[in-house]
Amino acid sequence: MAEFVMPQLGADMSAGKLIQWRKNVGDRVQRGDIIADVETEKADIEVEVFSTGVIEKVLIQPGQKVPVGTIMAIIREEGKPAHAEIPEVPALSPEAAPPPRVPVRAVAPPTAPGMARIHISPVAKKLAADLGVDPASVSGTGPGGRITLEDVQRAAQAQAAKAAPPEELDRAARMRQVIGAAMARSKREIPHYYLSTTIDMSRALAWLASENLKHSVEDRLVYGVLLVKAVALALREFPELNGLFVGGNAVPKPDIHVGVAISLRGGGLVAPALHKTDQQSLGELMKSFRDLVQRARAGSLRSSELSDPTITVTSLGEQGVEAVFGVIYPPQVALVGFGKIVDRPWASEGQITVRSAVTATLSGDHRVSDGHRGGLFLAAIERLLQEPSRL
Amino acid sequence: MTKMTYREALRAAMRKALKDDPRVFLMGEDVGRYGGAFAVSHGLLAEFGPERVRDAPLSESAFVGAGIGAALGGMRPIVEIMTINFSMLAMDQILNNAATLRHMSGGQLSVPLVCRVATGGGRQMAAQHSHSLEGWYAHIPGIKVLTPATVADAYGMVLAALREADPVFIFEHATLYPLEGDVDDAAQSFDVTHAAMVRTGSDVSLITYGGTLGKTMQAAARLADEGVQADVIDLRCLRPLDIHTVVNSVAKTHRAVVIDEAWRTGSFSAEISAQIMENAFDELDAPIARVCSAEVPMPYAKHLEEATLPQADQIVAAAQELVPRHG
Amino acid sequence: MATPDISERPVAQREHSLFLLREMLRIRRFEEKAAEMYSLQKIHGFLHLYIGEEATGVGAMQAFTPEDSIVATYREHGHALARGMPARVLMAEMYGKATGCSHGHGGSMHFFDVSRRFYGGYAIVGGGMPVAVGLALADKMQNRRAITGCYFGDGAVAEGEFHESLNLAALWKLPVLFLCENNLYAMGTALERHEAQTDISRKAGAYGMPSSAVDGMDVLAVEAATQEAANFVRKGDGPYLLELRTYRFRAHSMSDPDLYRTKEEIESWKKRDPIPLFENKLKEQGLLSDSDIAGIESEVGLEIEDAVRFAEASPREPVEDLLKDVERRTEK
Repeated sequence: MAEFVMPQLGADMSAGKLIQWRKNVGDRVQRGDIIADVETEKADIEVEVFSTGVIEKVLIQPGQKVPVGTIMAIIREEGKPAHAEIPEVPALSPEAAPPPRVPVRAVAPPTAPGMARIHISPVAKKLAADLGVDPASVSGTGPGGRITLEDVQRAAQAQAAKAAPPEELDRAARMRQVIGAAMARSKREIPHYYLSTTIDMSRALAWLASENLKHSVEDRLVYGVLLVKAVALALREFPELNGLFVGGNAVPKPDIHVGVAISLRGGGLVAPALHKTDQQSLGELMKSFRDLVQRARAGSLRSSELSDPTITVTSLGEQGVEAVFGVIYPPQVALVGFGKIVDRPWASEGQITVRSAVTATLSGDHRVSDGHRGGLFLAAIERLLQEPSRL
Repeated sequence: MTKMTYREALRAAMRKALKDDPRVFLMGEDVGRYGGAFAVSHGLLAEFGPERVRDAPLSESAFVGAGIGAALGGMRPIVEIMTINFSMLAMDQILNNAATLRHMSGGQLSVPLVCRVATGGGRQMAAQHSHSLEGWYAHIPGIKVLTPATVADAYGMVLAALREADPVFIFEHATLYPLEGDVDDAAQSFDVTHAAMVRTGSDVSLITYGGTLGKTMQAAARLADEGVQADVIDLRCLRPLDIHTVVNSVAKTHRAVVIDEAWRTGSFSAEISAQIMENAFDELDAPIARVCSAEVPMPYAKHLEEATLPQADQIVAAAQELVPRHG
Repeated sequence: MATPDISERPVAQREHSLFLLREMLRIRRFEEKAAEMYSLQKIHGFLHLYIGEEATGVGAMQAFTPEDSIVATYREHGHALARGMPARVLMAEMYGKATGCSHGHGGSMHFFDVSRRFYGGYAIVGGGMPVAVGLALADKMQNRRAITGCYFGDGAVAEGEFHESLNLAALWKLPVLFLCENNLYAMGTALERHEAQTDISRKAGAYGMPSSAVDGMDVLAVEAATQEAANFVRKGDGPYLLELRTYRFRAHSMSDPDLYRTKEEIESWKKRDPIPLFENKLKEQGLLSDSDIAGIESEVGLEIEDAVRFAEASPREPVEDLLKDVERRTEK
């Protein structure tokens, strides 16, 4: 039996359409006879048969388009010369795998003696600098031990997690070191500008007092949550202050996670995030804040709480200072500080009265924002704090 | 050692080859009675006769192809293509025959052809006579590409090329012909595929070939005055490229400037940069700088041509950009 | 008509005639098999068939000795076979196998055999002509008595390399026999549409070169004309241009839908198919019988089938050897 297949009729042909059969089942055909017409992209081609015999079966009908190599008819061969058995031509199996590539000869890296050179990729080097990671302390997983972007990111996380080491004795000292390094880097790299404004808190405090009458002692709100909520809502209008500065670029964040500075017993400071601060109610914020303080002092904060803040608020009112000009926590780009609430003489509508006021400050990264915007931001906080029921 | 010009060195090498090997002959436009368009073959016709020194008609394709056929038939032709600009007319024979016959025939055929070609700009020859297309040739597997920048190399490379079993293209920057230097005419063998370290320093690597070596050396001298010490590498051979010498230099200096008279885009300097990046990525302290010709057909007016070609000023500036500022 | 007694004919003439016929039939059947194998995707890329032109390849090749060099074109299967290259290595080459004459590197368009001085196999129209000039130059400079046969088509006549090569060969009196197989079409463009002067043999006059034209469908006429031309070239007075007027019955290549010729034209040329033409002439002269033909067909059939079997069974060159023959190491 011989197969009559859709022939390859040109280098770029992959399929052909049968237009018509010129012979039928049962017809005798001779090698070289044209038995079909096939339509290709280029033209209609007359197709010859390569066997001699009788058409036994037709498998493809006119109008059908089939790939090259498809069996279109079966021919029962006859009269083949006895001494010439054409062997079955085995079908070519498709390549199971792509052919092996000849390896490109690469030059072996130079073995220069005494080279204490750290191999770190350019982008990894930049990130290490931004995150305060010492490349010498990072083990590289790239080719030839090269430090990659991932390696630095991992090291940075490990470094942040190390902020709460297990040993009680060293903890305070180590924390001091980590804070110190971060603060030093902040002062070294971030061009700070400082703004301050004094906010009349009378309305806010009055509202707070009446609100707290409705709650039990455990659910009481402290004025700090008003401040934090006001900052969060104000950030919606000033998104450039809500984010990070990484790799030479400002990276504003879509969500607002205010980090609240919490001092720890025995020294030390953490500023974990209140997630989605602007979307939590005052009551929820109070609960979250209490929970954070408790866990911070127990040393069981989550790493996301440590790495997620998009801005930090620090309030040193209880320590008795009127204003705090804080140091921005890198890679954040702003820090809001609040001092203690003080009764002040206040000029209003030509009259002198006494108001409870707090000094709010903004430390801003001048690479990302300027005094104009910073000032408007503080003004927004002030505005929000005049309508405490809407916080 | 004999002192002579680059042109005389080429002539001396060809003369020696013609004398020592009856299979060698020179063929090209005006190489005989005219004495060579650049006077390189002056006197050779008188000495060796018209069978060995053949003036060809203006048929680059035919006489380069004939060179290929003659090489197939056992001769050792030196084909002089007057300039790289005209070599375009023989590109079919060069690319489709000379470079491919060995591989295409399954290793049966050998084409021991030497082609000498003048190249480059800088003599106000304008747009159709000033090309630097050595990089195009260095792209082709199956041939060797040599770029002698010194008198010694002008001599040694011709003789070494005649010993190759496969085609060799020698590109002679036309401004180098009057250059004076020393030739070791007693030497029997010549290494032509390794790059040469022409000056050493550890602040920056200046990498070049052919006609721009002079300006690169000038730039290196000026940089030294400012306290910047440069390695200067004369590549000598573009295919195969001795990237090893380049990589060792960059491992020392961590900064590289590649100087190439071709137009910047897609020039051989891009290949060199890619190979440095592939082989010495971790040694780089700064991106690789390139000083090339401006992307414009070579203008005729002198000041415009000078503004187009790479100059020592630009090489100095490029190097200074890379080197950290000293206090 | 009574068949004259075959045994009374001069043996040499009969032997030689059978030889020529076998050579032509071998090419014909090889080409038909190549077409079949191409349609079955055993052969890929470009395939240019010589069917119809067998008389020019076979007839002309008789004028060359083993010391002579042959340069052909991409339509070279007939020339390679006529030059004595085994069908096996040609089929294996088209199959891309390591046992092919070019180790599978060249395919249908690039056959080479240095031992038979068969120098390709050129895909660039006219590209082999300067190389042929160079081969002749080498022979002349080394005082070898050999000549170079350079086959090319009517299409090549338009290329600059044709003119440069004829000029240089004539100028330097090189022993090149330029053989133009004029099949009236440069791929799909008819001769009168690509040549201002369609009498190709006349073009040699522009270079002071002698030339003539011959009926390419008559193998004996081709043989005689080529022998005469080769004798001239062997005298050492310079090249010769012989135009062989022929016709290809199949399309330019397997990719060609052949839209530029009429069926009538093809059929009318098929009436002068060189193989039946020769068979009939020989039969008339009593030099050939039907059983002779059957015998030749059978032998040729076996040879072709063997070639296919060989190609099928042959291995492919390992990919690791890909870069091996790009260059050779410097000789000392």
